[in-house]
Amino acid sequence: MSDTTDVIIGLEIHCQLNTKTKLFCGCSTDYKNDGPNTHVCPVCLGLPGAMPMINRKAVEYGLKVARALNLEIPEEGEFSRKNYFYPDLPKGYQITMYDRPLAVKGYLEIEADDGTDKKVEITRIHLEEDPGKLVHVGGTARAHYTLVDYNRSGIPLIEIVTEPDLRSPKEARRFLTKLRATLEYLGVFDGEREGALRVDANISIRGSERVEIKNITSYKGVEKALTFEITRQKGMIRRGGKVVRETRHFQEARGITTSARSKETETDYRYFPEPDLCPLRVRDWAKEVVLPELPDARRDRFMAQYGISLNHARTLTGDLRLAEFYEALAAKTDPVLAATWTADTLLGELNYRDMPVTKVPLDHFADLVTLAGKDVITDRVAVDVLRTLLDAVMKGETPEMPGDYVRTQNLGKGDADAFAVVIDEVIAENEQAVADFRTGKNVALNFLVGQVMKKTRGKADPKEITPLIAARIAPEGGK
Amino acid sequence: MGKITFDAEDRWNAFVTLCRKAEHGDGPLAGVPVAVKDNISTAGIQTTCGSAILKDYVPPYDAYVVERLKAAGAAIVGKTNMDEFGMGTTTESSAFGPTTNPVDPTRVPGGSSGGSAAAVAAGMVDMALGTDTGGSIRCPAAFCGIVGLKPTYGRTSRYGLIAYANSLEGIGPMGRTVEDVSRLFAVIAGHDPRDATSLDRPYNHTPSAEIRGMRIGVPLEFFGEGVDPAVGKTVRAAIERFTDLGAEVVECSMPSMKYALAAYYVTCTSEASSNLARFDGVRYGPANDIIPSWHESYQEHRKTHFGKEVRRRIMLGTFALSAGYYGKYYAKAQAARQNVRDDFARLFADVDVVAGPTMPTTAFRLGEKTDPLSMYLADILTVPANLAGVPAISVPCGTVDGLPVGLQLIGRHCEEERIIDAAYAFEGVRA
Ligand SMILES: [Zn+2]
Repeated sequence: MSDTTDVIIGLEIHCQLNTKTKLFCGCSTDYKNDGPNTHVCPVCLGLPGAMPMINRKAVEYGLKVARALNLEIPEEGEFSRKNYFYPDLPKGYQITMYDRPLAVKGYLEIEADDGTDKKVEITRIHLEEDPGKLVHVGGTARAHYTLVDYNRSGIPLIEIVTEPDLRSPKEARRFLTKLRATLEYLGVFDGEREGALRVDANISIRGSERVEIKNITSYKGVEKALTFEITRQKGMIRRGGKVVRETRHFQEARGITTSARSKETETDYRYFPEPDLCPLRVRDWAKEVVLPELPDARRDRFMAQYGISLNHARTLTGDLRLAEFYEALAAKTDPVLAATWTADTLLGELNYRDMPVTKVPLDHFADLVTLAGKDVITDRVAVDVLRTLLDAVMKGETPEMPGDYVRTQNLGKGDADAFAVVIDEVIAENEQAVADFRTGKNVALNFLVGQVMKKTRGKADPKEITPLIAARIAPEGGK
Repeated sequence: MGKITFDAEDRWNAFVTLCRKAEHGDGPLAGVPVAVKDNISTAGIQTTCGSAILKDYVPPYDAYVVERLKAAGAAIVGKTNMDEFGMGTTTESSAFGPTTNPVDPTRVPGGSSGGSAAAVAAGMVDMALGTDTGGSIRCPAAFCGIVGLKPTYGRTSRYGLIAYANSLEGIGPMGRTVEDVSRLFAVIAGHDPRDATSLDRPYNHTPSAEIRGMRIGVPLEFFGEGVDPAVGKTVRAAIERFTDLGAEVVECSMPSMKYALAAYYVTCTSEASSNLARFDGVRYGPANDIIPSWHESYQEHRKTHFGKEVRRRIMLGTFALSAGYYGKYYAKAQAARQNVRDDFARLFADVDVVAGPTMPTTAFRLGEKTDPLSMYLADILTVPANLAGVPAISVPCGTVDGLPVGLQLIGRHCEEERIIDAAYAFEGVRA
């Protein structure tokens, strides 16, 4: 059996929709900078007598997602009550959708592990309200009491459930990245927001019981948790043991999953239709929803419009902010070079600094790409200038325009003749290397080129100076 | 704008909270003392639902109907006693003690809006708000000899009404006369966007006794088993008076009545089991001693502070909704409910008003109904209107052994005007 095809993964993803107000009341969702219990009202506090009022924007956002993920939209969707007791749940039930969700049966296309396109089936999507948040004063284990913050109570969530179509942790990660991009393109989700995404993952090895990992809160976490589970489950099977059907928790800090130790009796949520809300006429409503350009369409357009490669186009459209940055950049400089510099160099530098692309000063970067493109500076100098630029931004300084910086620092690519003196110096200082080259050791030439680069602080273009050096030290009568 | 002093003596325990000094504004009800049932939220005034679990709960906001009362200038003089969370037909299950019937203090006032009915019947106030889930306005109106209107579902907003059974209940007016009830209804009816089930059907009708040509249907089932013959006779005699008023009285049948009570009790207990989940001790009611685990603390709190009938209904509803039983109970109840709606639709294609007794008997003795099932059976004539969401009014139509009997008039969806006219016309000839 191959190592990947016998792994079966399905995901349940909860995303906070970025509406301005909560799902069933007028409270603002922008509570990040405010104290606990400041964005609350009778409805989201679940005060006796308060009644839910549907936020039409949230439904519209949900329908956008439904359309973008190619789901079938029924004539009506309906909210139900999911009854359970928990201290963060102010009404003793959560308003969610049960047997009449917003939409069913769709798919999202991703790149499979073998590089082919793959449709991951979406079972259903529905809307529901987020509960409040418990704050254990002094840590979970030792807290003497727990506080409840209802700012989060009533934040609209969309739950997206996939079929068990994913075959590896990497595929799961790619699915989530693509999903996030899609939601961000739709303008319904802000992936940067803390707690915006929560994932439950079902995973099994073919022929064995299924394990559910609850409440993973990051993209990386999903990949890690699944990788850990595969190792754990396969190890167990290899040793002749049996995987038990259970719920496990992911311990983010330790990178492991642990048994929730709950008796695996199914909780009875006693669902029934929410009598305080009317069914939503979603099919007709969805017809009015206008979709923006989505990642795949934008990828294809980038290739056609800017003449860039599939790989670059895929990378650049994989994140909304990056795609927008690239389009703005392509308007200011050569699009192909812009793609290369953004995808192959800038992204790596940003990852290294954990810096969002939105912080990159566009004009500066465009100037830099243009300088590199016009051969004014070498690629190596260009990378150095970029690093200086990004470091300055990180420090909150206003960076100099790369053109000015190159001029004042005298980093421009010199004329080949101007390096003759340096080349002579290097040859004189490295007799051994010269001798090695003459006896046929070509690596010695690279060493000499490196020395020249060092002395010129990278301004010399290796492509140009390599033949010059070779000619100067070639054996007498050489070719 | 002004202030009134409300100094009526409450010998019937009609009120849980009295507001002796009540402010009021200007408007059609300027300075009129109005009593409000204690499951309707009043900002700054304790709202208990007749339950120990909500003792000292002071809502920070007004229910829609209270906003409307205030806008009309009414003076809210107190919060009236009720069966705990509306679960009862006698007002005996209140944590604040039973209310007695002003007509005969050895009798119950009916329920669950027994405090409101008693306050009106005793002359403490001219009008009061009640709520009706399965007869909770009409039953005490009948038992206390006053007028009570259960509006069309949605014609008054439920925003701020502490929910017992959302799909069945509504807020309605109670008063000594049909005119008062009509006046109060005009104030509280209307659209409220905060209640998704609220209808945009305001009411501004002046009662008229002109009902010639009205067709009144009398279902045989309303005089069936369990209906006290003396009550039946009084009501039949009352209905005959409509002929004198130029209306036409016809016999009809409502076969769906057979399952109405079961459908009602499954639906209301199911919804109640969910609505009352929020009273877990985290936010409302007296604080618990420290108990190690939160779910034990929930159990303890709910066991201690909910009354027996409330706990019984929560358990019934929890059972009816549980996996494996949902189809057998809740889903079936909804089907039976549809039958009741269909029955009314069929009847109302032929008649304008359906008439019968409000209650099968006169007021019970205090403490008489010890077995819950016999109490539930008393709701048989009132629940059909709630199941179908149609309006119904109870108007006094005589007495049996000195105890009031109520005539119930049920109308088409949003045709309160018609049953109010019929009740008003009857009131004129009742003598
Ligand atoms: Zn709110």
